[in-house]
Amino acid sequence: MDFTVPEFDIERNRDRCILCGACVKECSYKVHFFSKDKKAVLADERKCVACHRCAVICPTHAIKIVKYDMAYRDHANWTPTAQKEIIKQATTGGVLLSGMSNNKPYPIYWDKMLLNASQVTNPSIDPLREPMEIRTFLGRKPDKIEFTDDGRLKTVMPPQVKLETPIMFSAMSFGSISFNAQKTLAMAAKELGTIFNTGEGGLHPGLADFTDYAAVQVASGRFGVHKQYLNNCRFIEIKIGQGAKPGIGGHLPGEKVTVEVSNARMIPPGSDAISPAPHHDIYSIEDLRQLIWSLKEATQYKKPVAVKIAAVHNCSAIVSGVARAGADIIVMDGFRGGTGAAPTRIRDNVGIPIELALAAVDQRLRDESIRNSVSLVVSGSFRNSADVVKAIALGADAVYVATAPLIAMGCHMCQQCHTGKCNWGIATQRPELTKRLDPDEMTPRVVNLVNAWNHEIKEMLGGMGLNSIDSLRGNRLMLRGIGLSDKELEILGIRHAGE
Amino acid sequence: MIITAGKRSFQELNNEIRGMLLSEDMIRVEDVNGQRYIGAALDKGKTIEIHGTPGNDMGAYLNGGNIEVYGNGQEAVGNTMGGGSVTIHGHVGDTLGYAMRDGEIFVEKRAGSRAGIHMKEFHELLPVVVIGGVAGAFLGEYMAGGILIVLGLDNTDKLPVVGAHCATGMHGGRIFIRGEVPQENISEHITAVKELDSRDTEDLQRHVRAYCEKFGRSFDEIMSVPFTKLVPTTSRPYANLYTPN
Repeated sequence: MDFTVPEFDIERNRDRCILCGACVKECSYKVHFFSKDKKAVLADERKCVACHRCAVICPTHAIKIVKYDMAYRDHANWTPTAQKEIIKQATTGGVLLSGMSNNKPYPIYWDKMLLNASQVTNPSIDPLREPMEIRTFLGRKPDKIEFTDDGRLKTVMPPQVKLETPIMFSAMSFGSISFNAQKTLAMAAKELGTIFNTGEGGLHPGLADFTDYAAVQVASGRFGVHKQYLNNCRFIEIKIGQGAKPGIGGHLPGEKVTVEVSNARMIPPGSDAISPAPHHDIYSIEDLRQLIWSLKEATQYKKPVAVKIAAVHNCSAIVSGVARAGADIIVMDGFRGGTGAAPTRIRDNVGIPIELALAAVDQRLRDESIRNSVSLVVSGSFRNSADVVKAIALGADAVYVATAPLIAMGCHMCQQCHTGKCNWGIATQRPELTKRLDPDEMTPRVVNLVNAWNHEIKEMLGGMGLNSIDSLRGNRLMLRGIGLSDKELEILGIRHAGE
Repeated sequence: MIITAGKRSFQELNNEIRGMLLSEDMIRVEDVNGQRYIGAALDKGKTIEIHGTPGNDMGAYLNGGNIEVYGNGQEAVGNTMGGGSVTIHGHVGDTLGYAMRDGEIFVEKRAGSRAGIHMKEFHELLPVVVIGGVAGAFLGEYMAGGILIVLGLDNTDKLPVVGAHCATGMHGGRIFIRGEVPQENISEHITAVKELDSRDTEDLQRHVRAYCEKFGRSFDEIMSVPFTKLVPTTSRPYANLYTPN
């Protein structure tokens, strides 16, 4: 007896069920099964994770997933979740492991900021009629630009990454997600003129055609990192931290290291792929500087080097150090950032909101007159185009999204990525599941999503009377707080609505 | 061809080295004074001979090239090395061969802390590190593959042949230690094997012989002292750590 009741319940409408068995066949968690006489489909509700695969594919919509309606005597402190987690740990003695992202109701500052629009003076611009620039360049910008007498650029520009949208796809390794999911992002990035990120899992040979749209990661385990990998990309990203698990490394369990995953990571199949939290050659900003410059030397200064950190308490000082260490791009991942697997306690309790971190860091870099020396990319998490516009107004150069494109591919946020049983073929390596995700079918959906956001961004820009995203960057006058304390407004560097 | 490093910046020096290697297969760099990243991502068929003291990250991402140093190496020699060979006629600092995937590193004398951590092997790729003297703490930490050999020669200071926390988190590969192994310095998740099998002996002898040829040492004398092999007790040290939530 494990002392628990199911979390979800399956309501099957017997009048509608045609006993086709699709749910039985599709569920990797083995929730649905035929009765012995084959005259009914039954369910083991305890195994259900509410991924909705069965409900979506059921041809007669006979299945409904509902919360298992269990009454607990009221207790505001000892919630059912708190009790269930204790029971799990009492049963196994293990560290609780979760997928996806922080699901606790912390404040979402995007929802407490409002955008401006022009009225009468400085009239708004209609993006359908007039050019609207959202092209974005990432990379170190020189302190000043010099021209020759005949007007040519004399300054040698550091390498820049040209993006047709300020939206990139954040790091998700082959291993944490399936090849088909990664290929979908690669194909979409190519079509959109943006970037996907290999994560720390090496580059799958099947993505060789997409290296111009790839950012490659260098993490502490250095999986799949070699000269060719470093030179076949648009930029290199050193992963120091991740918003979903600041201070914690990556650990791909041996079960997920299939032959194909092992080939990309260049480790034996079935072995654990361990990326500890620290790079054991980095114990200081000076050591980080060494890694940054070794990568620049290895790529002959042709590739911008990004450094990704989690948004934590002292991120302004850290980012200042990272900028001075020679990073061309700094990525900050907030505490709502996603993950394939993270200890639940870390996921839900460590780090700070990206909105506050971004505002503080942008201000700090401006105060130190080094904002131009580095591009700021933020992630964790962007649910829609308005979140993106607000981030740019707070000072971001571009954003990374991951959960949103995964939802476009079928993810229903069951938060069970760590089980490797993803019924949507995303966070799994099981061939019978990954084949459900067809890159040719899913790429247009991801492209649609970003194109829709792009257009919305243009509309919001136009509404503010701006025709270029550069005019919005760090333009905090375009933001007003709603229901925020003086301290929050001070950190965000914005005024309250009505002011 | 000879390049004199002197007090030039690493960028200027490495630019010149790269330029010269376009037409030359072998160059010699003299009067090296701590310039970093020499030979980074050096390709197969290219050799750099270094006189002096090369700086940190020498031979990082080495891509099949050869580097021979007449002097001491500093930190992170052969960082994330992908193949080729590095020979150091002297000592090296910390993090030797970090996450090295293939190729060989021979250090005549001592190595600092964290040598050979994150080393990994894959198919025919098999990294080998031979340290002639003693090695510091955290040798072979998180090691996932490859061969680490510590000879402990010329140990006049009577230091332990490997420092504390040796092989912590190791989950693959083999470490061979010559002479007495300080048990208190070895991670509890490691099995120490005294009887080497034929494959072990063959590998060990081949690499020790190469060491002796490079540095003029007596093979028989080195092999007259028994070796201990360290291997992980499990390839999945953290398999039962987590509970799905």
